[in-house]
Amino acid sequence: MPDTHTRFGSSSGQPATRRDGLAKVTGAATFAADNRPEGMLHAVYVPAAIARGRVAHLDVERARAHPGVVRVMTPADHPALAGDPDDKPTRFSFRIEVLQDDTVRYAGQPIALVLAETIEAATEGARLLSPRYEAEAPRTGLDDNAPFDVEEPGFGAPGETVHGDPEAGHAAAIHAVEVTYETPPQYHNAMETHAVVAEWDGDRLTLDTPSQALAMSCAAYAHLFGIPAENVVLRSPYLGGGFGSKAIPSGPMVLAILAAQEAGRPVKLMLTRRQMFGPVGHRGATRQTLRLGCDADGRLTVIDHETLAATSSFEMFLESASNASQGLYAAGALRSAHQGVRLDVGTPGPMRAPGEASGSAALECAMDELAHAAGIDPLDFRLRNYAETEPGTGRPYSSKALRDCYDRGAEAFGWSGRPMAPATMRDPDGTRIGWGMGTAFFPSPMFAAEARATLRADGSAMVETAGADMGQGAWTALAQIAADGLGLPLDRVEFRSGVSTLPDGGVAGGSGHTATAGGALHAAGGDAIRRLGELAAEQPDSPLFGAGNAGFEAREGRVHVAGDAGRGDAFADILARAGMSELVGSGRASRPDADTRDYAMNSHGAVFAEVAVDPDLCQIRVRRLVGAFAAGRIINPRLAESQLMGGMIWGLSFALHEEARHDPRTGRIVNSDLAEYRVPVNADVQGLQVLTVHEDDTHVNALGIKGVGEIGITGSVGAIANAVWHATGRRVRRFPIRIEDLLAPA
Amino acid sequence: MKPFDFVRPATLDEALAAWRPGTAWLGGGTNLVDLMKTGAMAPDRVVDVTHLPGLDRVEVAADGGLRIGALVRNSDLARDADLLARAPMVAEALLSGASGQLRNAATVGGNLMQRTRCPYFMDPESACNRRDPGTGCDARDGAWDNAAILGHSPACIATNPSDFCVPLAALDAAVEVRGPDGAREIPLSGFHHLPGDTPAAQTELRPDELIVALRLPAGAADFAAHARYLKVRERTSYAFALASAAAALRMEGGRIAEARLALGSVAAKPWRVAEAESLMLGQAPDEALFARAAEAALSGAAPAGGNGWKIDLARRTAARALGLAAAGTPARMPALPASPFGPAEVPAHA
Ligand SMILES: Cc1cc2nc3c(=O)[nH]c(=O)nc-3n(C[C@H](O)[C@H](O)[C@H](O)COP(=O)(O)OP(=O)(O)OC[C@H]3O[C@@H](n4cnc5c(N)ncnc54)[C@H](O)[C@@H]3O)c2cc1C
Ligand code: SF4
Repeated sequence: MPDTHTRFGSSSGQPATRRDGLAKVTGAATFAADNRPEGMLHAVYVPAAIARGRVAHLDVERARAHPGVVRVMTPADHPALAGDPDDKPTRFSFRIEVLQDDTVRYAGQPIALVLAETIEAATEGARLLSPRYEAEAPRTGLDDNAPFDVEEPGFGAPGETVHGDPEAGHAAAIHAVEVTYETPPQYHNAMETHAVVAEWDGDRLTLDTPSQALAMSCAAYAHLFGIPAENVVLRSPYLGGGFGSKAIPSGPMVLAILAAQEAGRPVKLMLTRRQMFGPVGHRGATRQTLRLGCDADGRLTVIDHETLAATSSFEMFLESASNASQGLYAAGALRSAHQGVRLDVGTPGPMRAPGEASGSAALECAMDELAHAAGIDPLDFRLRNYAETEPGTGRPYSSKALRDCYDRGAEAFGWSGRPMAPATMRDPDGTRIGWGMGTAFFPSPMFAAEARATLRADGSAMVETAGADMGQGAWTALAQIAADGLGLPLDRVEFRSGVSTLPDGGVAGGSGHTATAGGALHAAGGDAIRRLGELAAEQPDSPLFGAGNAGFEAREGRVHVAGDAGRGDAFADILARAGMSELVGSGRASRPDADTRDYAMNSHGAVFAEVAVDPDLCQIRVRRLVGAFAAGRIINPRLAESQLMGGMIWGLSFALHEEARHDPRTGRIVNSDLAEYRVPVNADVQGLQVLTVHEDDTHVNALGIKGVGEIGITGSVGAIANAVWHATGRRVRRFPIRIEDLLAPA
Repeated sequence: MKPFDFVRPATLDEALAAWRPGTAWLGGGTNLVDLMKTGAMAPDRVVDVTHLPGLDRVEVAADGGLRIGALVRNSDLARDADLLARAPMVAEALLSGASGQLRNAATVGGNLMQRTRCPYFMDPESACNRRDPGTGCDARDGAWDNAAILGHSPACIATNPSDFCVPLAALDAAVEVRGPDGAREIPLSGFHHLPGDTPAAQTELRPDELIVALRLPAGAADFAAHARYLKVRERTSYAFALASAAAALRMEGGRIAEARLALGSVAAKPWRVAEAESLMLGQAPDEALFARAAEAALSGAAPAGGNGWKIDLARRTAARALGLAAAGTPARMPALPASPFGPAEVPAHA
């Protein structure tokens, strides 16, 4: 089939506003927990107050006696799951905690669940269970358990990669640094906490629950409840943020579904903010040691990046931070290695730029340290180590406009005015000023997705794919792509998504959703147009009669012969002649293996930061953050810009704010609320500027889309930390950088 | 949460009569309700006092002082012209606290009575002498590093987190309360208790008493031209202080005729040291003098665990606040009130 539809029409590239924007700002958008089916019960679970040990006693009688309480589920008394929760029915399955036994493996683990007629009764019932524990000393710090070697830190990422001869690289180095950086546990904390409303009808299950991966979640639930996947209908029209935490079914969701099954009534469960710190994933802590060397000209002889990363005592997922050093700088030798440490914490999971965020933070700081040691400007240092092909493998990049990003970002920022020496820039009032930069780098994966496009008799269309819009605007960008695939204006295309009965839209993760679901939608549009054209080619009354072999294009609701806009026919006329009320096309998208093998595919960028540090009080404020990014074709500049901004703000958060703190005795997180688990507020964010550099990339996928969701974090953390160093001369190697770190005598 | 009675009296007398053991007064609810949700507070009865008449006003008293009703919302008070004219640093402190939404809800009475932010206090699963006398203090050797550096005891290392109370203490404000035995006034400086052996006795207010107003003496206005509140925090806004200071100077002929200095977030009460204030009397303002005053204000400071850095930070904060006060109260409220990054100015009434 001739590839008729990689050309772009009028919708892609437009800054369309979010389709869901009005519904959200007016409160009309229905989130999962807004559902209230008839006869619904409320579920509240008891989170473990210790991190390691066992539950010795629960006062079930008292909880049951509380007015309104319907059922108390405990490890000793709950209905059985059909599927073993230790199984891995999908590629992204984790062992989950569903009251298997009375062992406590992390603070916040569900240890009992109360069902009641009201949320208040369920909450009080849960409190009345007054658990008693036999506690053991929890292990929550990276030194609390012995490290182990890792083959696969998670989701197929390699545990160790070596290119070239690192020892030779060290030996050849004229300048070298060996530095250790630490990153803390971080929690996603989407605004919408995890929630489910579960309703059974015989062996059919309907779920209202936010999901970043509808089909995969259905498969996982189906496995656990022993029903066919098509018996699960998952509705996820809106998500109040996901960031990776809503891709994988969690224990509390499964317990609520189980409770609904047993009770024979719909059940709602919504996590409290505090409950978000435990069973729904987080970014695990890391300790990263980087040994970097360069020659007299500042050319890297080696990047050797080792990571010790935390996982839970019962499952494997590590921040594969060291992998951030692969594929970016042209070092003579590259080594990335990981070790894990098992702690009494909930299983970490993918959190916005998993691995890359932590790894980039340490790498970009280490690069800055080596640049300083070598007496080279940090940007110049990176340019001297610019990789024209993928280091180690020699594969070409599918596209790489990083040099333009460096140039444009540096110019917009005014980088050339930066003094080399730290602690030399000051405001007239004495405020210390520092400038730092970092390279942004994120892979451009693609998953598999399917879509359907239906052309209707009135010339409009409906496109469908079970994708996920976490607030990033996916549905808007996807609708734009779909409209172009059909050659229709955006307002003639009805877009349906967010329910699992539609074609599988794949996973909204890895910054690959627009490329993947978009690719499927575009292909579905192309398929519909091809079918329509072939139909017209057989209609003697159609201008397209006999045009079957030429291939078709569509524009403004008309099909025409490829390359000949003059010879065409209107959608509606073709369907009318055929007496059809609609015509359906379908499409799939995934990346050909050959492209995956032959090309290195990444988004790139350069981030420049200016920070102000009070000279006595050491309070830190980011004054300017300029990021220039090359991420393939930008479908919607407005949404892409806000994704990149959001990523950069996340980087700011990583650099200066976020950290979950465990009580050393109980293992509980002491700052499990949004007052004390700090993220930046508006006043922390100023002077934010995003530039995008266009790339034509014919390898990454047919649409040339690379993804913008996560890359903004990378580069930004390092840029800010490097700016803090430049302002103060103090190198803080533990994130977040705090006032007390700068106060301490040098 | 635990079931409770809810009462909304229409008069002060009805409110007082509605009290019985286990009652909590409800103001804006921004602190009480949070604590009820975690289970740290579990009253049997909640008496909503926000509908009591006459307590939502700021009045100028005959002597020129201010009487601020207990129900005045924090954001209204921060923009009150009579307050801004007399005690701009009180407004600055208010505006540096919490968020716009919270300040819209929070009342004067509730702010005075807000509990410590010690996370072990807020978590009913933890041992806490302040919440449950005799259970111990999990904050010791815990993971909270914003604990007290002054006036703490083996029983409790909590701080009072209020920004508002810090300049109030500096300006000798007093709390007007009503109880079954009638009215009385409690000086703000003695309103909050240091923990000693009985940290649960958090304030001088008896449980059956209600705060009805706050009195700001007429003399506060003498400092209006040289009064600042400075707050160091881990983000630019919407964070409790790591250390804060209210500094006020009455200047005469280029010399300090009277000085006030109170520190916040360093102890279970706003911290004032007479010696620190008196050593500045008659002196010309300069950095060395302020450093000495700050030194004196921190005398006796001791870390409660790993928070020794707070001593240094509080000292620097005090010295800087004095310097800012000496430089003069800005004509308009800084865009970032009480922030070290607040030089840009916008109209206080914007
Ligand atoms: C996220 C967050 C951030 C915050 N940040 C800051 C900050 O940076 N700085 C700061 O200073 N504060 C901050 N606060 C605290 C805030 O200032 C207080 O919650 C608020 O002032 C309490 O007032 P309220 O009217 O809501 O009190 P409520 O919550 O209604 O009551 C608090 C206490 O006061 C008692 N009470 C209320 N009214 C009376 C009365 N008239 N007489 C006797 N007792 C009474 C109640 O029984 C209760 O014990 C923050 C709060 C939150 C939730
Ligand atoms: S410091 Fe005070 S408030 Fe905190 S746990 Fe100890 S006793 Fe309770």
